[in-house]
Amino acid sequence: MILDSKVPDGPIEKKWDKHKFETKLVNPANKRKYDVLVVGTGLAGASAAASLAELGYNVKVFCIQDSPRRAHSIAAQGGINAAKNYPNDGDSVWRLFYDTVKGGDFRAREANVYRLAQVSASIIDQCVAQGVPFAREYGGTLSNRSFGGAQVSRTFYARGQTGQQLLLGAYSALMRQVGQGTVSMYPRREMLELVVENGAARGIVCRNLVTGEVESYAGHAVLLCTGGYGNVFYLSTNAASCNVSATWRAHKHGALFANPCYTQIHPTCIPVSGDHQSKLTLMSESLRNDGRVWVPKKKGDKRSPETIPEAERDYYLERKYPSFGNLVPRDVASRNAKSMIDEGKGVGETGLSVYLDFSEAIKRLGAEKIKEKYGNLFDMYHHITDEDPYKVPMRIYPAVHYAMGGLWVDYNLMTTIPGLFCLGEANFSDHGANRLGASALMQGLADGYFVIPYTLGGYLTSTKLPKTDASSPAFKDMEKAVAERTKKLLCVNGKRTPSDFHKELGKIMWDKCGMARNENELKEAISKIAALREQFWKDVKVTASNEEFNQTLERAGRVADYLEFGELLVRDALHRKESCGGHFREEYQTPDGEAKRDDANFSYAAAWEFKGVGQEPVLHKEPLTFENVHLAERNYA
Amino acid sequence: MNLTLKVWRQKGPNDAGKLVEYSAQGVSPDMSFLEMLDVVNEGLIKKGEDAIAFDSDCREGICGMCSLVINGQPHGPELGTATCQLHMRTFSDGDTIVVEPFRARAFPPVKDLAVDRSAFDRIMQAGGYVSVNTGNAPEANANLISHHVAEKAMDAAACIGCGACVAACPNASAMLFVAAKVSQYALLPQGQPERTRRALKMREAMDDEGFGNCSNEYACEAACPKEIKVSNIARFNREHLKASVCSEE
Ligand SMILES: Cc1cc2nc3c(=O)[nH]c(=O)nc-3n(C[C@H](O)[C@H](O)[C@H](O)COP(=O)(O)OP(=O)(O)OC[C@H]3O[C@@H](n4cnc5c(N)ncnc54)[C@H](O)[C@@H]3O)c2cc1C
Repeated sequence: MILDSKVPDGPIEKKWDKHKFETKLVNPANKRKYDVLVVGTGLAGASAAASLAELGYNVKVFCIQDSPRRAHSIAAQGGINAAKNYPNDGDSVWRLFYDTVKGGDFRAREANVYRLAQVSASIIDQCVAQGVPFAREYGGTLSNRSFGGAQVSRTFYARGQTGQQLLLGAYSALMRQVGQGTVSMYPRREMLELVVENGAARGIVCRNLVTGEVESYAGHAVLLCTGGYGNVFYLSTNAASCNVSATWRAHKHGALFANPCYTQIHPTCIPVSGDHQSKLTLMSESLRNDGRVWVPKKKGDKRSPETIPEAERDYYLERKYPSFGNLVPRDVASRNAKSMIDEGKGVGETGLSVYLDFSEAIKRLGAEKIKEKYGNLFDMYHHITDEDPYKVPMRIYPAVHYAMGGLWVDYNLMTTIPGLFCLGEANFSDHGANRLGASALMQGLADGYFVIPYTLGGYLTSTKLPKTDASSPAFKDMEKAVAERTKKLLCVNGKRTPSDFHKELGKIMWDKCGMARNENELKEAISKIAALREQFWKDVKVTASNEEFNQTLERAGRVADYLEFGELLVRDALHRKESCGGHFREEYQTPDGEAKRDDANFSYAAAWEFKGVGQEPVLHKEPLTFENVHLAERNYA
Repeated sequence: MNLTLKVWRQKGPNDAGKLVEYSAQGVSPDMSFLEMLDVVNEGLIKKGEDAIAFDSDCREGICGMCSLVINGQPHGPELGTATCQLHMRTFSDGDTIVVEPFRARAFPPVKDLAVDRSAFDRIMQAGGYVSVNTGNAPEANANLISHHVAEKAMDAAACIGCGACVAACPNASAMLFVAAKVSQYALLPQGQPERTRRALKMREAMDDEGFGNCSNEYACEAACPKEIKVSNIARFNREHLKASVCSEE
């Protein structure tokens, strides 16, 4: 299989315009004849579905939650990047492009990143026009703040609820289309199979989560906008229902899965408090604008933070990276927190956290101003920990947060299965080995509002798609597969709950394939996961029946997929004998402990082909060339 | 801590429901209320029983998926939080806690503690948007919006659509939910072209869904996890009255 990225030729600034011009258009009257299935209603799915319906396509939309407004994008806190250069501080499309390629540790496709930067400004225009209440200056203009990995202020925000407001904007556009009858909405549905007919994606099979019925939907193209797989680690900042099932099932039908080992560990999360914990709560990166990260200089210093004098504190990020300070990218901040803790300088009861201290900012700006900027985050922290961050420093620890890897897509966002597109966090496209803060929201909306409306038409006009419907054999086969799998899950009748297996898988992943990885432990992880998977199918217990709302069954299905996918993630980490971005191999580091890339051998996207459960997958490489941003060691000092 | 739970169990929308007693042992004060229910459910599954169904997703108070009426209060005793942010340290050893679903005619039951809140989506479809197609937007800074107006709009926009306002209201009214959306747009210049139409349509949709009317109980404000103010209802009433009298449509 040859991976063709379909990147248009010509200078990088002209590629997208040229491509848009050269892509054939679907005449307005014909759009009505096309059915497009959109799975997922986060920023990517909601924006795509609304935009396509506005163009005239017939759209069907699916999501797991009871309402499309509850997709996990709702939880994004800190902000969204765009190259508007409103602060006049030197930003430009080129700089956003440069920062993103560099931030991704030179493992992203340049042309995609450039396009992302190019459309970023239009995203802000669109959201403002929808009535998204972004923060404003007294003069009425939009406010900006800074995020990690950038020396300009290009992040737009709505308090600590940016994702919520952006998603409600996209959701309102989607609701408008539902009201006009151009979109049919199917909530509480879980896509469990992709239907491929004559080599093209033609539909999906879902389980109706309320009744248990297996339902089929046919269309001319399928868009997977199903979010990230961070929950393979069990504890993460992701919502409980985030899953890999949709993309994994597509992978099993032939869609290549790219760079699964690139997972982002976010440096500022509320530390784990006990075994009962069901998720980890993020404290937005925006806090690093005003919060200062430190640990006591002395190992095992148990004094309470306010009694530790300045001279005995180590503001290690400011010390090691004076030009970016507390705003170094996430991978760098996380690794440094880990090494401080490994040195025995961690704080709190468990010693598994570092301080994020606002006392200096509160002195400088006043508590009122801090409240205005971060009020909801401070409240959230207070509720969870019972400690008041206006009075004592926050305690934070890194946690799994985001999936840079995902289904491999070409420049048109199409996977290796014709007619199957993948948008948002679910694809692998723009962030390389490390995503910069506030860039996921930008990418999700870029894909949905400004890329797919053009590229989908190109596919539909250039492909002959025979008529099909949900009664065709391809659909019946997949319905049968879904029903059988459900039956199998219900029949094991073992002793352990699905969550119990999920927890054990998460522990293997975090211990052996977390912030630092090495060959021996990765190999160990592969055999442990395989053994756990085997045990799962012998000993899982799923109660109640299929024909009802059954959350235990839902969970079991997702865990079963994670048990297969986890192995691929580890295999990818094992094969990549270099350190880059979120992937840190202990064997490959610079003398001062920074990630050491191997551009001669690993400057490619690793796209894996499924060969069977427990079978070694086949690696395909998309070479990455850097013609505009020169390969260099990432330096934030 | 050891607690006694009385939980509403109802197999499906058409089955009769009842309160069933469970004991929750060894509960840590650092657990969230939902994590406590997770632990109870793990025990039930191991015994071969059906787990208690309840909705939740983000578990940080923003997706609006979680619900529950805890000891008679939607989202429980703490002010300004959703159930997923309620921690067990709020309770004491030996307490009995009654857990029920959000109840309203417009929120039909799904199973146990889960209900169907799609009525909210349908109200939104009636007018909870600004009609601007993708690609049609003017430059973002072309319209200046003063800081305090943007903040006020944001206060209203913070609604998470959980439905606690409905569950708390003796009339099961959705006024606070609708008023928050109408207010957000009424305050902003982007919302002006459809201002009257929106107030009329959303109000009509709310009535059609079977939500009750507002009789100024303020129970909605007290239950709202985002502390949305009833002053939004006053604004909505004004918007609706003005629209009914002056609308050209
Ligand atoms: C706590 C938190 C804070 C964040 N803050 C920021 C930030 O400040 N800035 C930033 O840029 N990024 C942030 N991110 C990242 C960003 O929020 C996500 O990457 C982004 O929102 C993902 O959007 P999406 O549309 O791809 O997927 P999601 O929003 O995850 O949506 C997935 C959708 O797919 C549906 N779905 C999934 N599987 C199936 C299935 N099998 N069948 C049917 N439907 C399915 C779900 O129901 C849902 O509707 C944050 C992430 C977290 C966890």
